[in-house]
Amino acid sequence: MDLSSFNACQLLDALESQQLSAEDCVRFFLKQIANQNATLNAFYTVVEESAMASAKSVDQRRKKGLPVGPLAGLPIAVKDGICTHNVRTTAGSPMLENYVPFYNATVVERLWEADAILIGKTSMDEFGMGSSTENPHFGGTLNPWDHQRVPGGSSGGSAAAIAAGMAPIALGSDTGGSIRQPAAFCGITGLKPTYGRVSRYGLIAYASSLEQIGPMAKTVEDTALLLSSCAGHDPRDSTSATEPSEDYRAGINRPIEGFRIGVCRDHLENGLSVEITSALKQAIDIFESAGAQIVDIELPNSSNAVAAYYVIAPCEASANLSRYDGVRYTERAPTDNLDQMYSKTRADFFGDEVQRRILLGTFALSSGYYDQYYLQASKVRRLIQQDFETAFNGVDLILGPTTPTTAFKINQCRQDPLSMYLADVYTVSANLAGLPALSLNCGFDPSGLPIGMQLQGPRFKESSLLRAGHLFQSQTDFHNRRPA
Amino acid sequence: MSVKATIIVGLEVHVQLATETKLFCGCATAFGASPNTQTCPVCIGAPGALPVLNRKALKLAIKTGLALNCEIEPNTHWDRKNYFYPDLPKGYQISQFDRPICRKGYLDLIDPQSVSSGRRVNIERAHLEEDAGKSSHDETMQGGPTKIDFNRAGTPLLEIVTQPDLRSGHEAKTFLNELKLILSSLKVSDCNMQEGSLRVDANVNLSLATQEGNQATPIVEIKNLNSFRSVERAIEFEAERQLQQWNKDGMTIDQAPKQTRGWDDSKGHTVLQRIKEDSADYRYFPDPDLVVIRTTQADIESIQAEIKSLPAERRQILMSRYLLPAYDADVLVNQGDTFVDFFETVADQVKDGKLVSNWLQQELLRHLNATQTDIQACPVNANQFVDFLTHIQTNQLDSSRAKDVFEQMMSDSVSVEQAMKSLGIENLDSEELTAICQRVLDENPEIIAQILKGNTKAIGNLIGKTKSLNKNVSPSQAREQILKMLPKH
Ligand SMILES: [Zn+2]
Repeated sequence: MDLSSFNACQLLDALESQQLSAEDCVRFFLKQIANQNATLNAFYTVVEESAMASAKSVDQRRKKGLPVGPLAGLPIAVKDGICTHNVRTTAGSPMLENYVPFYNATVVERLWEADAILIGKTSMDEFGMGSSTENPHFGGTLNPWDHQRVPGGSSGGSAAAIAAGMAPIALGSDTGGSIRQPAAFCGITGLKPTYGRVSRYGLIAYASSLEQIGPMAKTVEDTALLLSSCAGHDPRDSTSATEPSEDYRAGINRPIEGFRIGVCRDHLENGLSVEITSALKQAIDIFESAGAQIVDIELPNSSNAVAAYYVIAPCEASANLSRYDGVRYTERAPTDNLDQMYSKTRADFFGDEVQRRILLGTFALSSGYYDQYYLQASKVRRLIQQDFETAFNGVDLILGPTTPTTAFKINQCRQDPLSMYLADVYTVSANLAGLPALSLNCGFDPSGLPIGMQLQGPRFKESSLLRAGHLFQSQTDFHNRRPA
Repeated sequence: MSVKATIIVGLEVHVQLATETKLFCGCATAFGASPNTQTCPVCIGAPGALPVLNRKALKLAIKTGLALNCEIEPNTHWDRKNYFYPDLPKGYQISQFDRPICRKGYLDLIDPQSVSSGRRVNIERAHLEEDAGKSSHDETMQGGPTKIDFNRAGTPLLEIVTQPDLRSGHEAKTFLNELKLILSSLKVSDCNMQEGSLRVDANVNLSLATQEGNQATPIVEIKNLNSFRSVERAIEFEAERQLQQWNKDGMTIDQAPKQTRGWDDSKGHTVLQRIKEDSADYRYFPDPDLVVIRTTQADIESIQAEIKSLPAERRQILMSRYLLPAYDADVLVNQGDTFVDFFETVADQVKDGKLVSNWLQQELLRHLNATQTDIQACPVNANQFVDFLTHIQTNQLDSSRAKDVFEQMMSDSVSVEQAMKSLGIENLDSEELTAICQRVLDENPEIIAQILKGNTKAIGNLIGKTKSLNKNVSPSQAREQILKMLPKH
């Protein structure tokens, strides 16, 4: 049976009705990985043995009529920045090349309790810092739609794995667009939840106040399924929200009649290719004919979002990455002098982009510059939050592009980090404001590359985004198309 | 050149709070466990692990702040203090920078024997932070590896910073004694300097009144102070050293950088450790892993309600209710709350505070010190002690034998009756006393003659002889009886 066309919910139906055994299901995807990973490089680590053992256990329990978790038998790929007990977790960095965590991230624990089956750890930009997953140390990941192009990043491995049928569903993490941008580039669906909705415990930190773990899958319904198992308060994460989480899949079919959808004309008409604009306009038509009302909105401070993001994120990163000092985690640069050991180890084992951001952050937090950079960026952040608060007084969600372009070519941005930073223009605001944001495929450009549409909502209104996204997918078939 | 030098001292005291678990994780804080057994992903800074505040530590910090008359910050938060050191697992310390939990307090010095008494020392701030791990370097100095124990990493510390209000080593010691009393009384810390639960750094310089106006010597931070006595000695040493240095080079605070010097207790001097050319940039910023802590007035009131009498108040009570001199009150209170409780229990029944105080200070304390026990483990309980003093007050026990009896009670942990019995002390009945006195009078006609001639002091001689016939004779009763039996003129 070719399971690569199945989405996660369909697989789960087949597993629950025992038409498909967990063993066969897992074996299928492991084989997909074996066939394609050498080319695509979407996985850094594949855990065949433990995956097969877990699948066997699910099948046995099912046969005996014993209780199984809500995701029982569903294979899942997890971004390599999320800690998995006894499974190597590199965060895409030479610094952690051989790091094997001795604890599970809360989300991994919850997936384990739901009886989902970890099949491997997916590729990423080092510590999540990047938008292309062209990881120089572990090798770049290719976009399954066009092997000359990047899958996006930093959760590029999870996106490519789903697009290529190597995994039905995956976890990514999103600090400035790292779930949504690769979802857009690979033609899949990805959700960045509200800040605090999903526990960050066990997510190797890049910029703590911005990032969230979130689901990536073929369909909106799949992301709702996975979010339901991951979301909810975690006492081990002080920033985890106490708002009760929901069964996000249950309400997904409710109509969106009367929904007010905000559109920022400026975002729709400037800086986008004709194809992206027209794909978004067609999407707007679909929502309107489903009974939604389209409202023009303004987000006056969004033009400063990238600047604020590229101060706050490096500041936090400069501290978050201090623990990789050569005392632990990696080989130590041989020298007698402690300060030299630190700088040499960090120069040898961090990649260029990581060093660039550590330097930026260290500088911006330095005495005499703090007010000018960190504090100023924090004020801009507050203004962006207020923009959204004002906008959400009048609308239920905001529709726009996920990215200014479709997937770019390998090496295109490596020499020019600034142009890569600017490509985050539509995604970083949701991180700065802590809002939920969904990216889904809404068409293809003339080269056949997927186009991403972004829906952003008020805090903890994931259900609104998922309902709207699901409605769109029930009326279109972009999400069912697969690369040749 | 004649100058008047004033010593200027400010203290930074790190207090390890007496919580069972660490500041941001559930690991135990007990001292002395094998290295790295009290650790978890959070306190070793494992990638991805996150801190969660131990509310107990916050409460202890607030309690201390209230006892030190501080303002409590209603919205306190956490900052990252960035620096690299091998025993700092995250490469930053979670601390408090611009909104410490406690600010602007004070502590009044109490030292009845010194002019410093009553002087107010301002507390600038008291903030919470996590401790680092402990590095042990190769002691043979042969280049062996440095080992790091992370058991201590993440234990809660309260850093109390005074303003430079102290004016001598002795004042610093008095301040620290009082602070320790308060912390112990609040059960905020065990204040054990040997185990590192109380650490003191002193910032010292001199203010010099010269003919050219006031000048100040460069500030020196003294570290490695492992007892209050060291603090006192180190400050006095440093003051002398700075004066000599100033006489030599005339360098003032603006001309020379701040130094860190270590105190060598055995050699009795400070040694240069580090010159701080520029102040370290810790790049503080709010820790995004933690949330703002709100403390309401109601929270503060409920913590305030848990604070019993503080040492200063207890001294007042001892002076007003038990009529003790200031010196006595100070000695007793300096022994800690349990000792004062013991005193009050006994004095309430014996109704003679000074008598109780004398016995506690002179005999009980001496015995406890000699046997290295504290009042909790005192072999004689308060009731037995009351009984003992009542025997003295009612002349059932002669004061000449009281010390022996007390020693016996303490060493055998027995009642006053048992102690008197085992020492063979019993009260003579009047017939026995009469017989003894009669015998002494019969045997010493020449002494009687002296007394009759007017040498009344000679009666002591007779009393002594009765006592040597029977050691249970009470001298006062013997005197009375002999006077009765002397031949009349
Ligand atoms: Zn711990």
